[in-house]
Formats: sequence, C-alpha cells, structure tokens
Amino acid sequence: MNTGYHQNVILEVKNLHSKVGDKEILKGVNLSIEKGEIRSIIGVNGTGKTTLAAIIMGLEGYNPSNGGIFFEGKDITNISLTERAKRGITLAWQSPARFEGITVREYLSIGASKNDVENFLKFVGLAPNLYLNRVVDEKLSGGERKRIELASVFSIRPKVVILDEPDSGIDMASIHAIINVIRKFKKMGTATLLITHNEEMAKIGDKVSLLCDGKVLKEGETEEVIKFFKQNCKICNHIGQIDEELLK
Amino acid sequence: MNIDYSKEFEYLVKTYEKTGDDASPLMDSKYDSLVINQDRVLAKNETEGIKIETKKIKDGVSLKVYIKEGIVKPLPVHLCFGMLPREGKQVIKSEFFVGKKSKVKFISHCSFPNAKHIIHIMDSKVHIEDGAEMEYTETHYHSKEGGVETYPKLRGRIENGGRLKEEFKLVVGRVGLLKIDYEVEQLKKSICELDTKVYGKENDRIEIREALLLNGEYASGLAKSRVVLKDKSYGNVLGEVQGNAPYTRGHTDCQEIVYGENAVAYSTPNISVKNSLAKITHEASIGRIDKKEMETLMARGLNEEEAVDLIVKGILK
Ligand SMILES: Nc1ncnc2c1ncn2[C@@H]1O[C@H](COP(=O)(O)OP(=O)(O)O)[C@@H](O)[C@H]1O
Ligand SMILES: [Mg+2]
Repeated sequence: MNTGYHQNVILEVKNLHSKVGDKEILKGVNLSIEKGEIRSIIGVNGTGKTTLAAIIMGLEGYNPSNGGIFFEGKDITNISLTERAKRGITLAWQSPARFEGITVREYLSIGASKNDVENFLKFVGLAPNLYLNRVVDEKLSGGERKRIELASVFSIRPKVVILDEPDSGIDMASIHAIINVIRKFKKMGTATLLITHNEEMAKIGDKVSLLCDGKVLKEGETEEVIKFFKQNCKICNHIGQIDEELLK
Repeated sequence: MNIDYSKEFEYLVKTYEKTGDDASPLMDSKYDSLVINQDRVLAKNETEGIKIETKKIKDGVSLKVYIKEGIVKPLPVHLCFGMLPREGKQVIKSEFFVGKKSKVKFISHCSFPNAKHIIHIMDSKVHIEDGAEMEYTETHYHSKEGGVETYPKLRGRIENGGRLKEEFKLVVGRVGLLKIDYEVEQLKKSICELDTKVYGKENDRIEIREALLLNGEYASGLAKSRVVLKDKSYGNVLGEVQGNAPYTRGHTDCQEIVYGENAVAYSTPNISVKNSLAKITHEASIGRIDKKEMETLMARGLNEEEAVDLIVKGILK
C-alpha cells in the first residue's frame, strides 16, 4: 500500500479516528485513492462506512478525533463542506434529500450552466423531456431520485465522488444505469469511493477496501478481498470482535 | 377599452412586473381586467360572459364580478389593486358570483411599493354555483419598509360539484402585518384548496386562519400554508377543517420554517368530525431548514446563504 504522497494520489485518509460520545466508531482508517480510480469500500452494516463518508465530506457533527484527510496533497481536515465541494469532492447520500418546489432543471443548474442540464440527464440515462420540469420531491421513485443525484454530481465535474450505497433501494434498471455512470466517471478521470455492503456491486471496483469495526481489515485485488468478505464477514455477527487469526 | 392612461397606471404596471409576472394583459383588450389605485378605478375591460360592477365607497371601491352560467373563460381575468402613496387606507369590498358550470381564473396583484403606513382591507365573498370552477391567485408586492397592514378576508360558499382554488402569495418585500381570515363552506362533492405562502422578515407579523367547513357529502378540501420566518418575525397559523357530512375528506398541511435567531412560529391544527364517515387529517411542522437538504446543496458548492435561498425559494414557489 502506498501511504506517502504520490503524483497519482488524489485523496488520502490517514489514521482517521472518530467518536460518537464515548464510543469510537472509526479506529484508525487509512486509505489512499488514485485519480480516476474506482475504490469499493465494502463492509457489513454498522462498520462505519457512512461515518467515513461524512467525515471525508466534512458534514456537520462529524469530526475526526485523530488523524486527517488530504486532498491533492493538502490537508483539508479543517476546511468547510462548501470549500471541499469547490475543490472537487462531493457526496451522494444513500437516500438523497427531497426538495419541495425545486425542479430538476433548477437542481441541475446549481453548479453549472442551464444549457447543459439536458446532457446531465442523458449522462445518467434519463430522458430530459420527461424529467426537467419535475420537482425533486417524494414523487420521484427511489431509482429516479438516485439517478438525478448522480446527474447533479456529474454537473460539477468532481475529482472525487463518494457514493454511499448507490445500489440500495432501487430497481434493476437503475442499478445498471448507475454502474454505467460509475464507469463513465472513471473515463472522465473522477475517482469514486463506492461504498456498499453488496459484493456484486463492489466487483466493479479497481480495488477493494474491506471495512470492519472502524478499520480497514483488508485491502487489495477485487476478487481476493471479495472472496474474503464472502467467507468471513457475511456470516460474522460479531462486529467489534475481529478474529486475529483471520488477519494472518 | 376605457383606460385612463395616467402615470399612476404606468407606475402600477411597473410594480406588477417586479413580481416577475407579465403585466401586458392589463393593456390587452382580449383580457378582462380591472385596475384600481386607492379608491379610483383606473382601467376596466370586460369581454363576453363577464360583468364587473364597481362603486366608490369610503376609502375604497366595492366591486361585483359576475360570471355568466356555462361560460368557460379561456383567458385569465387580471385584477390589479394598489396604493402608490406612502400613507393611507384602501378598502376593497368584493363579491364574486360564478354561475353554474362556468369556469374562470383570476390573477390578482396587490402593490404597495412606497408604503410607509398603509392599511389594506380586502373583504371578499365568493359564491360558486353548481359545477362551477374558480381559481384565484393573489400576489402581493410590498415596499421594503414593512409599513403595510393587510387584512384579507374571504367568505366562500361552493355549491354541489363546484371547485375553488385560492392561492395567496406574499414573498417580495416586507410583509408588515398580515392577518388572513379565510373560511369556505363546501356542499356536496365540492373541492376546495387554500394555499398560502408568506416570507416574513425583520419584525413582520403573520397570522393566518384557513377554515374549511365540509358540509356536503363527498366534499373534499385542503388547507395548506408555507411560512418562512427570518430575523425576529412572528407567524401563527390556524388550520381548521370540519368534516360535517358523510364521506368528506379534509386535510390541513402547515409548514413553518424558522431561520432567524429570534423568529417565533406557532401552528394550530383544529380539526373536527361530526360524522363517523368523514375523515380529516393534519400535518404540521415547525423547524429549521432540513439539514440534509442544506448539506446536499453545499456538497455541490453552494455556501450556507445560497443554500438557504434556494430551499426557501422552492418552498415558497
Ligand atoms: N449519530 C450517531 N449516534 C450514535 N451512534 C452512531 C451515530 N452514527 C453512527 N453511529 C454508530 O456508528 C456505527 C457506524 O455507523 P455507520 O457509519 O452508519 O455504519 P455503516 O454505514 O457501515 O452501516 C454504528 O454502530 C452506528 O450505530
Ligand atoms: Mg451506511
């Protein structure tokens, strides 16, 4: 693993710890992501994946108790959410927010020119004429909402995008569209942190990091890590009690 | 067309356009229209199937609008009420008669662009006959000084199978003091929707009462309000729905967003059922702007203020 700064490294997480009250959620996470890389972060429920996403993005209430985050070689641990977004990091939530009265057209014009909104929708496989005037509220299905979120992510041309469980709560057609989009992000040179608890989804990663009990338990070749995950983690209901034998 | 092309008219048209709406129908003879400044009728235009009677009263104008039975108005009727001076009082007493099976839409603008202290009383009665449909949207434009007191009062009655959709919007300029009192009686199979949107700032005071009396079988109604309270403004919303007949369905939906340190919001749903086959529901929320909505927009690069503006604009649209 490459922990030092390297030309191709865009995002680094170093020895990241975080607490909720007295409970430690992240216990020293290290990650090093390269430009244009698809990195799957796999782990069963409750291992700290969403917490990690929130800390990298800089959401309110999520602060590291130790360690730091580096973007393009610069320490961003203490800069604001907006500033991180402006530098090129963004996040798509597991269940995206709904907005009363804001149309898809307006929503997709936030960080880009109005003239491009049609392309943003085409990028995620949605027909512009069917969606541009719809409101980004509860009336959109889960899959539609998630695809619009990816269109919004695309609109700001990020350098790093964190996708928290992009495959959860949606239909098959949307899953295919989302996988397609992640591959297109790669072509653009955008690095993706693909957070999932589903090994099928994780397979599209160039590399996989397995998160367990707030730490990266295993990292490397996609096939190998997923095999390990299937054999050891899916049946494991003892979060917080890693069998040291497994690590050898 | 009978227009007094005075400066007042032009000035009112200009403020009308500041709400973002197109004022050209006020000068187009295809459209029915009525323009009143203070207690003077500046312009009036009537086309087929509509009659607008006006009369000067103390501090204002009384008007009666008749829509003939069976008439379907393809174009909206434009109403424009204003007070250009800084101080004064305007009383508009109006009565609308919407004949059987007719259909009409009113677009109304109220402009008080220079208000230092203005009292604006709107006292309306609406009669919607069997199977008739009326839509009424009222948009206010106030000065930035908060010197307007507005008292919109509506008493409506919708006969069997009739429909009324009423929208009130005051989001540009300061509110000042606003006391809305709407009450609509609904007969069999009638449908009513009341929708109020207000943006309070500084020490604005907003009191809203929306009441629906569902007195006929299968009548249905929605009393909806969206109030955003900034600075030290005050909002108090009362949503009243009564299910007094079998199979009536009613809902009151009030959302107040508070984002001033010293803003205060109250919300009271008052729902009742006098028939076991009626069903009335309510939802009300008072609170900050949703954190996830804010963070989503900020994760696309907006700062806090820009995110608030966009969310508020959506809610008050
Ligand atoms: N605000 C919170 N308060 C208390 N516990 C929390 C909070 N957020 C997360 N946790 C706990 O932190 C752990 C990790 O949560 P999370 O990051 O959501 O995991 P994952 O996304 O992998 O399912 C869980 O045990 C969860 O219960
Ligand atoms: Mg999660």
